[in-house]
Amino acid sequence: MQKVNSPADVAKMREICKAAFARQKLRFLICAGTGCIAGGSLDVYEEFKRVIGERGIDVNVDLLFENKEIEAGTVTSGCHGFCQMGPLVRVEPAGTFYTKVRAKDVEEIVTATLDENAVIERLLYEKPDGSHAATEEDVPFYNRQQRIVLGGCGTIDPEDIREYFAVDGFQALATIFQEHSPEDVIEIVKESGLRGRGGGGFPAGRKWEAGLNAKATPKYVVCNGDEGDPGAFMDRSVLEANPQSVIEGMTIAAYAIGAEFGVVYVRAEYPLAVVRLLKAIEQAKEYGVLGDNIMGTGFNFDIEVFQGAGAFVCGESTALTLSIEGKRGMPRVAPRPRTTEVGLFDKPTLLNNVKSFAYVPDIIRKGAGWFKSIGTESSSGTAVFALTGNILNAGLIEVPMGIKLREIIYDIGGGIPKGGSFKAVQTGGPSGGCLPESLLDTPIDYDSLDEAGSIMGSGGMVVMDERTCMVDVARYFLNFTEEESCGQCVPCRLGTKQLLEILKDICAGKGRKKDIDLLVELSHSVHGGSVCGLGQTAANPVLTTLRYFKDEYEAHINDKCCPARVCTNLISYRIMEDKCAGCTLCARACPVDAISGEKKEVHVIDQGLCIQCGVCMEKCPKKFSAVECVSPKIPIPAKEKTEVVA
Amino acid sequence: MEERLSAVLSPYEGRKDALIPMLQKVQEELGYLSEEAMLLIARTTGMPESHVYGVATFYAQFYFSRRGKNQTKICSGTACHVKGAARVKDAFERELGISCGSTSADYEHSLETVACVGSCALAPVVVVNEDVHGQVQTGKIDKILEQSIKD
Amino acid sequence: MSKVTITIDGMQISADEGMTVLEAAQAHGLYIPNLCNHPDLKPAGLCRVCVVKMDDWKVTVSCKQPVKDGMVISTEDPEVQKIRRNTVELIVADHPMTCLTCEADGNCELQRVAHYVGVTPEGLNRYRRKIRNIPMDRSNPFFDIDHSKCILCGICVRTCDELQNINAIDYAQRGVTSLISTLGNKPIADSRCESCGECVVRCPVAALAPKGAQEPMYEVKSICSYCGVGCGVMLGVRGQKVVSVEGDRNNPVNKGSLCVKGRYGYKFINHPERLSTPLIKKNGTLEEASWDEALDLIAEKFSGSKGDKFAALASARITNEDNYLIQKFTRAVMGTNNIDHCARL
Ligand SMILES: Cc1cc2nc3c(=O)[nH]c(=O)nc-3n(C[C@H](O)[C@H](O)[C@H](O)COP(=O)(O)O)c2cc1C
Ligand code: SF4
Ligand code: SF4
Ligand code: SF4
Ligand code: SF4
Ligand code: SF4
Ligand code: SF4
Ligand code: FES
Ligand code: FES
Ligand code: FES
Repeated sequence: MQKVNSPADVAKMREICKAAFARQKLRFLICAGTGCIAGGSLDVYEEFKRVIGERGIDVNVDLLFENKEIEAGTVTSGCHGFCQMGPLVRVEPAGTFYTKVRAKDVEEIVTATLDENAVIERLLYEKPDGSHAATEEDVPFYNRQQRIVLGGCGTIDPEDIREYFAVDGFQALATIFQEHSPEDVIEIVKESGLRGRGGGGFPAGRKWEAGLNAKATPKYVVCNGDEGDPGAFMDRSVLEANPQSVIEGMTIAAYAIGAEFGVVYVRAEYPLAVVRLLKAIEQAKEYGVLGDNIMGTGFNFDIEVFQGAGAFVCGESTALTLSIEGKRGMPRVAPRPRTTEVGLFDKPTLLNNVKSFAYVPDIIRKGAGWFKSIGTESSSGTAVFALTGNILNAGLIEVPMGIKLREIIYDIGGGIPKGGSFKAVQTGGPSGGCLPESLLDTPIDYDSLDEAGSIMGSGGMVVMDERTCMVDVARYFLNFTEEESCGQCVPCRLGTKQLLEILKDICAGKGRKKDIDLLVELSHSVHGGSVCGLGQTAANPVLTTLRYFKDEYEAHINDKCCPARVCTNLISYRIMEDKCAGCTLCARACPVDAISGEKKEVHVIDQGLCIQCGVCMEKCPKKFSAVECVSPKIPIPAKEKTEVVA
Repeated sequence: MEERLSAVLSPYEGRKDALIPMLQKVQEELGYLSEEAMLLIARTTGMPESHVYGVATFYAQFYFSRRGKNQTKICSGTACHVKGAARVKDAFERELGISCGSTSADYEHSLETVACVGSCALAPVVVVNEDVHGQVQTGKIDKILEQSIKD
Repeated sequence: MSKVTITIDGMQISADEGMTVLEAAQAHGLYIPNLCNHPDLKPAGLCRVCVVKMDDWKVTVSCKQPVKDGMVISTEDPEVQKIRRNTVELIVADHPMTCLTCEADGNCELQRVAHYVGVTPEGLNRYRRKIRNIPMDRSNPFFDIDHSKCILCGICVRTCDELQNINAIDYAQRGVTSLISTLGNKPIADSRCESCGECVVRCPVAALAPKGAQEPMYEVKSICSYCGVGCGVMLGVRGQKVVSVEGDRNNPVNKGSLCVKGRYGYKFINHPERLSTPLIKKNGTLEEASWDEALDLIAEKFSGSKGDKFAALASARITNEDNYLIQKFTRAVMGTNNIDHCARL
């Protein structure tokens, strides 16, 4: 069967695909997400093909659909979320989970699996207690998670739609065609309590209803895959690992509001997501589940992919639609009609985040009640986070709403890597805030995070340890928003500039006593005066760091001291006489030749020349650890100063 | 140049709704957006020149001068920032002898920062040409360059 | 048009439906500070200086907020005052303060707004002043562009688009680096700008300023003499000299708009070589003559040239009324239909 000609065909298709894949006795799934590719997973994949091929096995999946059996196969999957341990290889059906696999390990894996029915222990994940995790599910990083949108990520081949069919793909779409009116679909989405996953948390059902009620035609469905939060990659992974779920969700939405045309707006930096999406769209059309006359029902819906061109503000819904129209991404100014009334090309437009759409097929198949039962009363379902920063297990996680920050950071993330201690966790990206240790028991949901001064955001979660300077973090975010401000309105354009200049001064030791009051005053005005969400939330990183880490600001301003030893103008590097062994490594590495000393003798840094690059500290062998970083700065002796000038 | 671009631009004759894909295609063809190319786009679509320029300069993806043969992008996303991206940037600037956002005089290298390449779990991240390098250490950037630069 | 009643700072005023709050206020002579609004243009809502509080809860921009019956507006609400003051301070902190030598001095919206919200030296000193340094564009013969004074209100861009349909300039770059620009930020003289100066007269500051303009002593109402449209002009006069021209906003023909000739082409009036008496060719050379002499000569020659051997060519530089008379004279007195006009190119 090559095409779905009626909604009933979807079930048949599923059985055919399931049966076919069952004829593959063994398969090696190689993660081909961006993270693993960076680690060389494509070489690993090629090596698998070569090694298996050498055994005379044809790995072509199409053979399975010709009723042939295959001894072993190899395919690529999307990101598993545990990129830090990549490249990852999953062996099915056993589920064996190999980490940090190199091409040179492949021979061994194939032999062990095919010939010896054994596993290679050294490639398994080592748990904190020293034992090995045989399967993915056994890894602590995963076993506290509940994967819905990430469910297909890492277990199916995103480039073969038949794999999606095999796991109930397009069944939800078939069901609504068979059983539900557009109003029913909206009712289900409303009942599920699904809130938009793009950051704002607006109830999806209500937005869909407004889309249905809008009178003008044509209508559009737009998927927001701009993912501007720097330090987050949830949407990227969904688009790369399971693009079909987004396509199905968008098609269901199109049916619900009566749209015939959709656009996925993908961030400029995500070329792989574009490739996978285009492939998925093409295959979906071939199989009759997208395009004209979907499943023989007479319903038409087509999707185009639009590649962003690098502007964070285009994640904002009105800027995004203007950008598709070929204009500058300057958000529309309120008072204005809603996007569901006047959106893309001034027509009614339903705009949701990638994950918001990806949840929908599961909600339809498993019911609104099922989704509602996960999470909390006001925030149902799961939350997806890109857990990064100073954390042992960085990666992509999906957890039920209501889980505590502490559980995420310590139970799933494994806590702070050796030697460090927790200082803050940042959620919500440039619009969010930094929460301290004392708030680690805050449950993850829209309202609790709001109350704490941060926001849920679209899923960035950056953990910071005591070596992170909170003033520098605020400066970092303001630098980002200043660069990304569209510039059309004054409070945002000049407010972010002013906040940034003040923060830069504080970091450089030029802060003034009254700066803290000015930061607070300006933050409120920028919030109240700006046109769009970017400006309105731009000061959040300043306000939360001031709220929870005011002492660090005061140390910078009053004592010219950066307690985290980050701000280069407030630190000095120093070699400890009692520890230096005179190995000369640092002196040879110093880019400005600021270190002098004879072999086997104590080395000295010329403070007048040092540019605080930190290379010497990195180079000094662990066993000596003779370089330390101090703040406030070591004063430069006057004599040395004149030498530099001369 | 007109000839080189006419194939790229002809499908867009008179269309005003596809400026960004047009700019992307032209940049793909030329490596950057020259003034003549933008003028040509304005003429092809019937849009004002100032508008074409205004849109192009709004987006970070577009360049307006010739770029280096090798392009190094240093991620300055949050995850990379807390993992020391600033030092990585300084180190690359020193190694290549150019500052971020510029191109070397011999057009061998361009260096820039980008806000997150979506591999945050591997922070700090640097992309040299098509290769993504994760967990970058300042002491090892010569090896990274060696591995990824074209000659 | 149906009327609504709104309350501004306790005062009840009536307004037409479809008006914005700012328009309603202005119609009653009430000042709400504003920078990016212009009565000829669609509201943009970008400077955020015109913020007001609506119905005791919502901060909104009065230039874009439509009036609604029963609406209560406060311009002095503490939150509004704070936002407004900080916003103006941000602009001033980013602005070169060279008022005394500035083209716009005394006629500057930024000065007016800053004065109204009460910008003080103490308030300003808290800010970091980092003014952009972009070279001025002096390429246009009639006006200069000083980007460092530009407050990016967008009035010029909207004027060139909405009113002139020329689109010589647009926003370029983004964020703090935004500027008003031609393609490639080339000199405006090399762009498709027609030097109409419509943007210049609307610029609220001196970012767009006429070259060497002088304040007139008094104004004289007149009609532009360049073409048959007959735009109303206000000639600014000092002593015996015309030193400026402005469009007459009350003239129904042009409602204040002018083209490059009407606005900037007034120097000929005081030109030393301008003809001020008739000249009659005698023995091959043109010699000055009195009006009587000249008219007698014309009457004499015309009398002998009635019928189709006569033709009249009228001018675009005289008024419609004068053109009508020439046509009438040609047909009724000279007895021919040979009448044409130079502006048929
Ligand atoms: C400056 C700014 C950037 C945004 N970036 C994104 C983004 O990258 N992805 C996203 O889904 N939503 C983003 N949003 C939120 C969108 O405007 C919009 O609310 C969202 O996409 C709606 O989808 P949802 O209801 O499914 O969350 C951004 C908003 C603002 C103000
Ligand atoms: S708040 Fe910032 S990004 Fe939003 S419209 Fe204003 S200047 Fe643009
Ligand atoms: S910090 Fe850098 S510049 Fe300073 S001494 Fe160490 S290596 Fe040299
Ligand atoms: S690297 Fe360390 S031990 Fe070696 S000379 Fe430098 S400071 Fe001394
Ligand atoms: S534009 Fe206005 S505020 Fe600016 S210098 Fe001139 S008069 Fe002063
Ligand atoms: S002078 Fe006229 S044509 Fe030139 S930019 Fe201004 S409004 Fe446009
Ligand atoms: S040049 Fe004048 S009118 Fe144009 S944006 Fe700047 S301040 Fe406004
Ligand atoms: S890319 Fe392989 S786990 Fe993320
Ligand atoms: S923050 Fe650097 S890759 Fe995301
Ligand atoms: S006048 Fe209303 S925002 Fe500028």
